[in-house]
Amino acid sequence: MSANMVALAYLVASVFFILALKGLSSPESARRGNLFGMVGMAIAVATTLTLTVNWPLILGCIAVGGVIGALVAQRVQMTAMPELVAFMHSLVGLAAVFIAIAAVNNPVSFGLPEMLPAGSKLELFLGTFIGAMTWSGSVIAFLKLSGRMSGTPIVFSGQHMINLLLAVFMVGFGLWFFFSETTNWTAFIAMTAIAFILGFLIIIPIGGADMPVVISMLNSYSGWAAAGIGFSLGNPMLIIAGSLVGSSGAILSYIMCKAMNRPFLSVILGGFGSDGGTAVVDDGVQKTYRSGSAEDAAFLMGNADSVIIVPGYGLAVARAQHAVKELAELLHEKGVNVRFAIHPVAGRMPGHMNVLLAEAEIPYEQVLEMEEINSDFSNTDVVLVLGANDVVNPAANVPGSPIYGMPILDAHKARTVMVVKRSMAVGYAGLDNDLFYMDKTMMIFGDAKKVVEYMVKAL
Amino acid sequence: MIGEIDPVIINLTVFVLAIFVGYHVVWNVTPALHTPLMSVTNAISGIILVGAMLAAGPAETDWGVWLGAVAVTLAAINVFGGFLVSQRMLEMFKKKEKKGNA
Repeated sequence: MSANMVALAYLVASVFFILALKGLSSPESARRGNLFGMVGMAIAVATTLTLTVNWPLILGCIAVGGVIGALVAQRVQMTAMPELVAFMHSLVGLAAVFIAIAAVNNPVSFGLPEMLPAGSKLELFLGTFIGAMTWSGSVIAFLKLSGRMSGTPIVFSGQHMINLLLAVFMVGFGLWFFFSETTNWTAFIAMTAIAFILGFLIIIPIGGADMPVVISMLNSYSGWAAAGIGFSLGNPMLIIAGSLVGSSGAILSYIMCKAMNRPFLSVILGGFGSDGGTAVVDDGVQKTYRSGSAEDAAFLMGNADSVIIVPGYGLAVARAQHAVKELAELLHEKGVNVRFAIHPVAGRMPGHMNVLLAEAEIPYEQVLEMEEINSDFSNTDVVLVLGANDVVNPAANVPGSPIYGMPILDAHKARTVMVVKRSMAVGYAGLDNDLFYMDKTMMIFGDAKKVVEYMVKAL
Repeated sequence: MIGEIDPVIINLTVFVLAIFVGYHVVWNVTPALHTPLMSVTNAISGIILVGAMLAAGPAETDWGVWLGAVAVTLAAINVFGGFLVSQRMLEMFKKKEKKGNA
């Protein structure tokens, strides 16, 4: 194929990628969008095959990777989706690093001059360090999300200083690589190694509930890494696809930060509740709460006209989505208006709750976003909070509170509030939740799934 | 005129315009589909597969080719895993829709 034909085919593939994202604007067109994405990828790969000679090796590797990918996609639990996404980000990062190293080793195979020009060196430097940080950051995110590593922030003194120093060294080695006349492997490898370490260090101080931001940010990085490699190879398709992914991740990070009312920088610098400013203030008053049984709760809900269910990370941990669906169906049969209220940062990744409820086949008309449903809480009989805490904390309306200004679901405005929780422990922000001590609130202690199953039985 | 422009500038043009396209397209994605959005973009960033194929492409096999081969495998996991898991998730949203309408 001539270079022009290749470029045109790549253009077609790029358009398909844009259509893929466009399809996601509604659930009806989303599957077609995903299909467009696959078509784009098929065109891109088929076109690239014509530029290579090592067909058996390449096709073999694609087959191996494809089988692994298909198996993973088929077997993964919906509750484990955040881990899967983090895992896949790490693969993109690592692949970017390998490609960059291969390009430094043999520029000619990428259509680059034997002696790398300054511009290509700069681009390879960018692609490599973004890729390396994406890999190590995603590995930590994966370990934290899958519970193999504690979700609590790991902070130590001088952390930011060390990160800054490492960043300076990394850029220093990058410049050395950039200005060396021959291929300077020492500088390149040192730079890559520091980028790997930096990726680890940047993610370890970030705690569990900030994961929606982190995972969106790594999503963004993986896109920029692809775009960086696109620049090195002078391949506009890689640049387009990478930028689409990069801006998508950036927008998601922004939405998540906004939903927590936290500046992006403070999330990234990490350690919520550990910087001294957000310590729990104990006013010395022993607050009392009312606890009840699942049966009481079921009785109340069965006699209500309207129920709003607020799911949180606790629902995902307990894998309670199917039990919740049964509960909602039973209530619906009794003529109760059941709806779900989703806070943008509920769970561990953007849209996490929506997918879980979708898996349980809860009709999506019943699942509403915060802005759509917040005004309805005041005329709702019963709110059932399932494993959520900070997102329904009325302290967000109190000036001076650490979470002041964070948009919350107005669960406290409902006539009766029921909270299913494992204990009275504080949420991620380290704050006591006044909602739990209100006269109209009933606490039901236990695992979300078991409690909901008891409720179903009682109904 | 076009011949005198450094290719880097042309790439930069493409880059900036693509960011604008991405920005506008992604803001239209419904929040309920944010998780599938992440898995679809994940699959799309697997486009790096193209770079990996070039790395594994040359006829004379040195360690760079093997590195490329590993990168091809990693990127392929991403492409297949990403698109298929998105398909699986979106299937769930579809099923519900039928039920809801019925």
